[in-house]
Amino acid sequence: MSSKTFRGGVHPKEYKELTEHLPFEYFPAPDEIILPLSQHLGKEAKPLVKKGDEVILGQLVAQPDGFISAPIHSSVNGKVLSIGKEVTPLGFPKDSIVIKASENSVDKKFTFPPLDPETITPDEIRQRVAEAGIVGQGGAAFPTYVKLSPPKDKVIDVVIINGCECEPYLTRDYRFMIERPDDLISGLKLIMKALGVKRGVIGIEDNKPEAIKILSHKVEYEEGIEVVSLKTKYPQGAEKMLIKAVTGKEVPPGKLPMDVGAVIQNIGTAIAIHDAVVKGEPLTHAALTVSGLGIRQPKNLYVPVGTAIQNIIEFCGGVTEDAVKIIVGGPMMGIAQYDLQAPVMKATSGILVLTKKEATESEETPCLRCGQCVDACPLNLMPTKLARYTQLKRYEDAEGIGITVCMECGTCAFTCPANIPLVQWIRLGKQKVLQMQKERATTK
Amino acid sequence: METTITVEPKQKVYFDLTTSPHLHSQWSTAKVMWFVNLALVPCIASALIFFGIQQILIMLVAVLFAVGTEAAIQAIRKKKVTLFDGSAALTGLLLSLTLPPNFSLSATAIGSVVAIGLGKQIFGGIGYNIFNPALVGRAFLQAAFPVQITTWTKPNYAVDSITSATPLAAFKFDNLLTETYSLAIGNVGGSLGETSAIAVLIGGIFLIAVGIVNWRIPISMIIGMFVFGGALWIINPQQYPSPVFQIFAGSFLFGAMFMATDWVTSPITGKGMWIFGLGISLVLILIRTFGGLPEGVMYSILFMNAFVPIINRYTRPRIFGEQKEVKK
Repeated sequence: MSSKTFRGGVHPKEYKELTEHLPFEYFPAPDEIILPLSQHLGKEAKPLVKKGDEVILGQLVAQPDGFISAPIHSSVNGKVLSIGKEVTPLGFPKDSIVIKASENSVDKKFTFPPLDPETITPDEIRQRVAEAGIVGQGGAAFPTYVKLSPPKDKVIDVVIINGCECEPYLTRDYRFMIERPDDLISGLKLIMKALGVKRGVIGIEDNKPEAIKILSHKVEYEEGIEVVSLKTKYPQGAEKMLIKAVTGKEVPPGKLPMDVGAVIQNIGTAIAIHDAVVKGEPLTHAALTVSGLGIRQPKNLYVPVGTAIQNIIEFCGGVTEDAVKIIVGGPMMGIAQYDLQAPVMKATSGILVLTKKEATESEETPCLRCGQCVDACPLNLMPTKLARYTQLKRYEDAEGIGITVCMECGTCAFTCPANIPLVQWIRLGKQKVLQMQKERATTK
Repeated sequence: METTITVEPKQKVYFDLTTSPHLHSQWSTAKVMWFVNLALVPCIASALIFFGIQQILIMLVAVLFAVGTEAAIQAIRKKKVTLFDGSAALTGLLLSLTLPPNFSLSATAIGSVVAIGLGKQIFGGIGYNIFNPALVGRAFLQAAFPVQITTWTKPNYAVDSITSATPLAAFKFDNLLTETYSLAIGNVGGSLGETSAIAVLIGGIFLIAVGIVNWRIPISMIIGMFVFGGALWIINPQQYPSPVFQIFAGSFLFGAMFMATDWVTSPITGKGMWIFGLGISLVLILIRTFGGLPEGVMYSILFMNAFVPIINRYTRPRIFGEQKEVKK
């Protein structure tokens, strides 16, 4: 089977061997959890509890506020300590509920009544996904039920499960695929049912032959579901790239996957949907990979949402002497951390501890006009020009050659031999251009 | 930005707070430059084999003066001296390999000084020059020492039929065709590092394989040669040599692999690279066929260098998902 792909991209060293053979372990409930009210794209949730309230695992503690928002459930049994600004892995504090876990009440647990996936209706699926607080597990944390409720005029003809996991180090999705293939397929069928779609595709990078083998075997007798092998390449897991590889269609700038008839869901999201419907479990745990050469015992873990990064690092044996950087997410798009009290959130896919050897930054030298960034940009942009225009504050010019299309995958900065922080400049320029566009819209 | 925070239990971690991506490819400017130097080893070897071990002197002089000029200018301008990035050494080495065997050492030194001074540093150093520095140096020598630079030495293992003239000159002025086998091996008259097609190709393919040289430029030049050279050849095979001869003779392959592909002075877009490569071949065919000189790779590359900014401007790739460009 030949592997499909898109034009451009890069091949970072994978480091998957650190954790790919390690089954998920359950992280024991920590003493205290921090639940940011905004663990999703959109408006932050409204707290339903107050200081001193007793809560149990799975209990609703904050309800969604508006259409693009998601509820939040407690991930432990315990007592609300406070509600206020707390540090988050995003780099800035957000309003959060802090819960002190009680010692011996692990048995108490709230679940929704389980539903039968055979007889369930599309509306029931959407409702359950919404009340279980499921958000996209790929990183952007978009509320899933919104994705399952496309406008009437959009015709969706394919659901693609994103099994690429193209970020180095991360093996969470891989472990899901080989440990819980049936739940994954069940989740996919629920998504297809909710959207009334007949075709489901699981796209997997060809560096995961075991996952391809297992899932291909499992879907053999499933009507309309297929497994597609994709070339191992970063950013194969970006929505636009995945759609291009699977369907050959290009999502135009400023448009959404549904505009070309596709809905993408992450592996973890499909599993969460299965758990919410079949087991009645709200989303209270994050599945994540703890890895990097700087962590003593790399692991794949189920962690209660709200657990501090610090606790997880200690659980994994602490960091090595030469550790220099701690990241939440993958190394290509993740965020470096400065405060280890920051909690794991619903869509956290990994915690990486990098050593000097992995994260070495060489000195920036002048642009050699080599064109490697142009060649590597999966969206066919000209990163070196976008960065240059930003440096020169020529934002209109940057806008003219598509700076707002950039998805900030970091491919350009990764590949640049002169080590110019291209994507960082582009992020800055993009922000300025978006601000400019906003001002233009208001003055009109 | 770096802050120091103590992590319980009493573990000190240095938090490096740069933004993503947190990984970088293995390449740096210096590494790339040294790899290109390395890729020239087969050409150096062929120069020493066919023209004698003493030719190493030309290369040494060229490299030393190139590096010295770079250091001197950077020191005078109070800029960081970047000798170890390998780019000045590369310019010197490339220049020396385009010179005739036994070229005078003092003229070689002058060529290196001009290459770095006028070809590179005057524009602001690495990355900012418009023309290929080594070719700027060579063009200067061609103007300053026109006789010496076209005085060729007979290669060491030449069979009797081959004179010291280069195959291109032999064809242009005496209508003598050198066989492709000799051109491939390099046992013919010509510039130091350019006579052996095999040596050039080994280095060039190595650079393409490791991802330093973009295949589009050499391939488009070769295709261009087949198209433009082939057209003339079909019209009159007596008067014009075959495109295979055009490709194997003279500096064509060396130029295609090591000169036209210079990152700084070639286009950054894929389409631009095609235009650039085809353009070089077109200009080259015109010079070789209708010009007074037997060879013209240097001029055709320098000529197309001048168009690179404009080529870049008009070959912006179609943004992913963008529909047909609408002109405003």
